[in-house]
Amino acid sequence: MSRDMKEKIGFFVLKLSAFLVILILGIILFDIVIKGAIVIDWQFLSTAPRKGMTEGGIFPAIIGTFYVTMITALLSTPIGIFTAIYLNEYAGKGLLTRFIRMAIRNLSGVPSIVFGLFGVALFVQGMNLGTSILSAGLTLGLMTLPVTITASEEALKTVPDSYRQGSLALGATKWQSIRTNVLPVAVPGMMTGSILGLARAAGETAPILFTGAAFYLPFLPGTLFDQFMALPYHLYIMATQHHAIERVRPIAYGTALVLIVLVIIMNLSAIIIRARFRNKLK
Amino acid sequence: MDKFGKLKENLIEYFFLINGLLVIFVLLSIFYLLIKNSIPAFTEIGFTGFFTSAYWNPSAYSSPSYGILGQVVSTLMVTFGAMVIAVPVGIGTAAYIAEIASPRVKGILKPVIEILAGIPSVVIGFLGIVLLGPIIANTANLSNGLNALNGSILLAIMSLPTIISLSEDAISAVPDRYKEASLGLGANRWQTLVKSIIPSGLSGIIASIMLGMGRAIGETMTVLMATGNAPALPGSFFSSVRTMTSTIAIELGEVPYNSTHYYALFAVGLILFIMTFVVNLVSDIILHKYQEVA
Repeated sequence: MSRDMKEKIGFFVLKLSAFLVILILGIILFDIVIKGAIVIDWQFLSTAPRKGMTEGGIFPAIIGTFYVTMITALLSTPIGIFTAIYLNEYAGKGLLTRFIRMAIRNLSGVPSIVFGLFGVALFVQGMNLGTSILSAGLTLGLMTLPVTITASEEALKTVPDSYRQGSLALGATKWQSIRTNVLPVAVPGMMTGSILGLARAAGETAPILFTGAAFYLPFLPGTLFDQFMALPYHLYIMATQHHAIERVRPIAYGTALVLIVLVIIMNLSAIIIRARFRNKLK
Repeated sequence: MDKFGKLKENLIEYFFLINGLLVIFVLLSIFYLLIKNSIPAFTEIGFTGFFTSAYWNPSAYSSPSYGILGQVVSTLMVTFGAMVIAVPVGIGTAAYIAEIASPRVKGILKPVIEILAGIPSVVIGFLGIVLLGPIIANTANLSNGLNALNGSILLAIMSLPTIISLSEDAISAVPDRYKEASLGLGANRWQTLVKSIIPSGLSGIIASIMLGMGRAIGETMTVLMATGNAPALPGSFFSSVRTMTSTIAIELGEVPYNSTHYYALFAVGLILFIMTFVVNLVSDIILHKYQEVA
């Protein structure tokens, strides 16, 4: 085979693999949108499941996911941003910094089901919070930390050093220059990081399986110590555990579509904020 | 600066440091709680019974058995299958984005990969049941399509974004002079890619594969939903398998707290934690070496 021929075939194969990736996403979105859209109407979004979850909507699951994501945000956003500030603005190149970075990387590799075990041992049992919104939210919050930290640090890195030096040269202290010159510029980038982390948390199932998600609740959670219904868990139930699986398939598709739309909207808004932030810096 | 101002600056720095230390603390707590809750399992079941038996039947009335070999083999098998699919497709796509694609095509592919990375695993698992399962069942003439092959394909999809984006970084990081030297010597673009660029970026590519593998080993919902969950040593890719992650997911909700069965599930979690830890560590070491060279 001539080398030109080889090049043609080789490049074609590469193109094919890239096309395959687009095709996979296309099939996923197409199937869910086509089969999910037909069941979604206002009633589906605003009412609770009825008749043994064979009819009705998914309102409690939407609310539950919203609540638990709020707890996640309250835990992971401040700690994530503060850690990023330490790493980018204060940390030296010493052993401690290396350990912190190693811990972040390892934490990001811990399987989600292991976070579930951890949540049961620490929050549900150890701190006696029971299976609740609080336990599930805290578990997800810790799981989300690495994403928030990494993205927030990226945002701080893009702030040019001259911003810091200019302020320091005028006699400002380190914290003053961070507060007045670095943080205002980095905030949009940090928001991107937090939202990306929360989008991941909102779609997670394994960590909430045993820390607070409920099969079915006839009422909305009243306090943080109540169990809750959640979109990803509801999809899992409707897809595998329901007694009339074939009959509730449309509801499962509808739930999947709502979940995907939610996650994609969060991701897109994060990406848009990031793009604006980059343009502004230029 | 007066004394008070200095103190304030130091306190602020410590405040941020404490947050950083908290991350180390979280990782250590995970490790500690896994070990603490695993020890009763190891003492009650015994190491040999736990590691060398493939027979997992914790709810057997007279003599429950806790052999994890079947789960470990299932996890490794499903992961291996996923890598067989994801590695060529992932590296191919990465090379395409880095070396061939026009800016316009890049502008399409990059968000596609970001969106794919963001799709929740439970949704992928659901499609494994409703879409991929029937296809596998019809093609292979099986009663249902929930088996190791299904799980492997789904895990491949889930690890693709990791492999693609990190491999692309590795390929793009190869200095232009390598490429120019190869082209200057008369090699064509394909020869340059295969003989010069990819070998130069190899450590980064391998690190990306390891990270993708780590994700696949620890992935729960997709395998839980799509592999059929028969707790035994798998015969082939068409057998129903139950991975370590699935076992925890299926059983933790049913066991009484602080029973042998409960501790045994933490022991499975500990092994899982160690497996992914090692895979990520190796990836990290490879990546560091590569950064030093580049």
